[in-house]
Amino acid sequence: MGNDLVVPAIVAVTLVTVGIGFYGLRLARTTSDFLVASRVVSPTWNAAAIGGEYLSAASFLGVAGLILKYGVDVLWYPVGFAAGYLALLMFVAAPLRRSGAFTLPDFCELRLGSRRLRALATAFVIFIGWLYLVPQLQGAGLTLATLAGSPYPVGALVVAAVVTANVAFGGMRAITFVQAFQYWLKLTALAVPAIFLALQWQADGRPAVTPPDGPTFRTATTVVVEHRAVLTLPDGQTREVRPGDELTFAAGEPVPEVSGVATGPTDWLLPSTAGADDRGLFATYSLILATFLGTMGLPHVLVRFYTNPDGAAARRTTLVVLALVGVFYLLPTIYGVLGRIYTPQLLVSGQTDAVVVLLPEAALGNGTTGRLLAALVAAGAFAAFLSTSSGLLTSVAGVISTDVLGRGSVRGFRLATVIAGGVPTILALNISGLDVSQVVGLAFAVAASSFCPLLVLGIWWRGLTDAGAAAGILVGGGAAVTAVLITVLGPPLTGWPATLTAQPAAWTVPLAFTVMAAVSLATRRRAPTDVGRTMLRLHAPDALRL
Amino acid sequence: MPAPRRPEPSPAAGEPLTPGPPARTRVVLAGASRRQHRAAGARTELTQQTRVGEALVRGLVRAQLALALQLSAVVLVGLGGLPWLFAIAPSVGRLTVLGVNLPWLLLAVLSFPFLVAVGWTYVRLAERNEQDFTDLVQRPER
Repeated sequence: MGNDLVVPAIVAVTLVTVGIGFYGLRLARTTSDFLVASRVVSPTWNAAAIGGEYLSAASFLGVAGLILKYGVDVLWYPVGFAAGYLALLMFVAAPLRRSGAFTLPDFCELRLGSRRLRALATAFVIFIGWLYLVPQLQGAGLTLATLAGSPYPVGALVVAAVVTANVAFGGMRAITFVQAFQYWLKLTALAVPAIFLALQWQADGRPAVTPPDGPTFRTATTVVVEHRAVLTLPDGQTREVRPGDELTFAAGEPVPEVSGVATGPTDWLLPSTAGADDRGLFATYSLILATFLGTMGLPHVLVRFYTNPDGAAARRTTLVVLALVGVFYLLPTIYGVLGRIYTPQLLVSGQTDAVVVLLPEAALGNGTTGRLLAALVAAGAFAAFLSTSSGLLTSVAGVISTDVLGRGSVRGFRLATVIAGGVPTILALNISGLDVSQVVGLAFAVAASSFCPLLVLGIWWRGLTDAGAAAGILVGGGAAVTAVLITVLGPPLTGWPATLTAQPAAWTVPLAFTVMAAVSLATRRRAPTDVGRTMLRLHAPDALRL
Repeated sequence: MPAPRRPEPSPAAGEPLTPGPPARTRVVLAGASRRQHRAAGARTELTQQTRVGEALVRGLVRAQLALALQLSAVVLVGLGGLPWLFAIAPSVGRLTVLGVNLPWLLLAVLSFPFLVAVGWTYVRLAERNEQDFTDLVQRPER
């Protein structure tokens, strides 16, 4: 492999990130500068920053990888990642901003006045934050290993160190500038190569994405297997491969069928149908629920809303974010689809998450254009790791410093940052082999089963009580957390148990809502007495200045 | 006269922090003051949490929630119906438009402008609801 432009590109992105961080550092003076950017961020900057923060390794690498592997059914990932902002816009954005809550634990205390609920929310914020940080670091390790040939831990450690230092020293003020810059960098880094790839595909005579006999290797290819799988060779023989096995294929040879991957043309191209197997449909709806409702419960997303001047601005910012994110998500599909033609070896090796970074050189050759584009994509991927990890780290560290350490000082925030960054780094070094997007999808499922009901019922229903909220989070969120732990750490499952734990949202979200509402009704007397005043504060138009 | 409300960080997040920006000085113009005086009736109902004030807020919350739920239903049918449609009518999934299978076109391309359009509609209508509420509160006393 070895593209000599990749490392300089990554170094440049990192330096610019740190540079803007230091520029912002000169402006950050107080703790409130650190945490909430003193609320002087303009809506356009804020929207680009939210977009920059949100588009993570899962969006930049993972979505294309999943599309390469599974086809049309996983298009719900990008749709859901974008639609989450619509749910956020309609149910949460303006009232949450008016509530004055900076984090989810703050919201619990403001709305329900319960310290114990606050502690529970804190635990969930930290869990979701860490669950979301791990795949970012994983993606960094994978990208550097793929493009520069470094060992996997190097990329993960580099990103973890840069982000921890940047957050600890620059805080969020700096990060707003960094994030806004990184949104545009990420968009460019996917859009420009995508244009070249589309032109190359034209020039190659528009090879079919789904040839009737299944995908074939265009050139002689040697594949190093990364994940255990069963291959079905064209002559009907099956062969079990393990990580480290090397397979060689001649040009024009068909890609063997790989277990667990949609290799055949129809199951990749066409949506899952009813009848034979309802699990596919269940998983699809589960994914839709998790992504549509999970976004509002992600800690690093909510924190950003506080930097809007008022509720109406929060709404407009969210709409701009929805548009920016929507534009971005048009691109990964192109990579996933063209990956079927130019990088089918990833189906066999199992490294589908690498399709975005490998495709430019695979399609355009390793001349100057191909190498430049590969370096650009790598820079964008690093921007994705840096920006999302920074946002997550800021919010997890903010919660740790105020709720766990109980200190609001800048020094306390720095200590919290080191703790918040250390744990996921250790996890990322020890867990690999899960699809980046799938881990992120699990984080969404936990958020959708815990904070989504809390926010929606808390904002729109006077009857919510602290006991109800706690019960809903414990039962619904707890069920989702259990499903995540089983999926990530447990034995491999098959059939319905596998579907129910890998895509838990379709049963955990309704469970959380039901328990939260039922327990609230049963404990009606615990409803806060000042709920009328809270409702007025959440919903009264900003123009009234009540 | 009600003081202008400035949203403060919650005590837990904000208290240990250094003091916020200096207190804002309020310059009251004669015209604005008269208008506010007239509007004091409904405003007081709101801030004092009287039954009338509470009914006003309930009305606003209900209107905003109804709007959000209606537009959610649009998305639920428009997007949420697709997997089910593809599942019960596989032939729809095989349709091609400009050489692209319909599900790919709908999900990978058209869903995003659709979401933005729904969001845009929501922002417009929600702001209109708020304007109606503001007009109601600020209208001259009978």
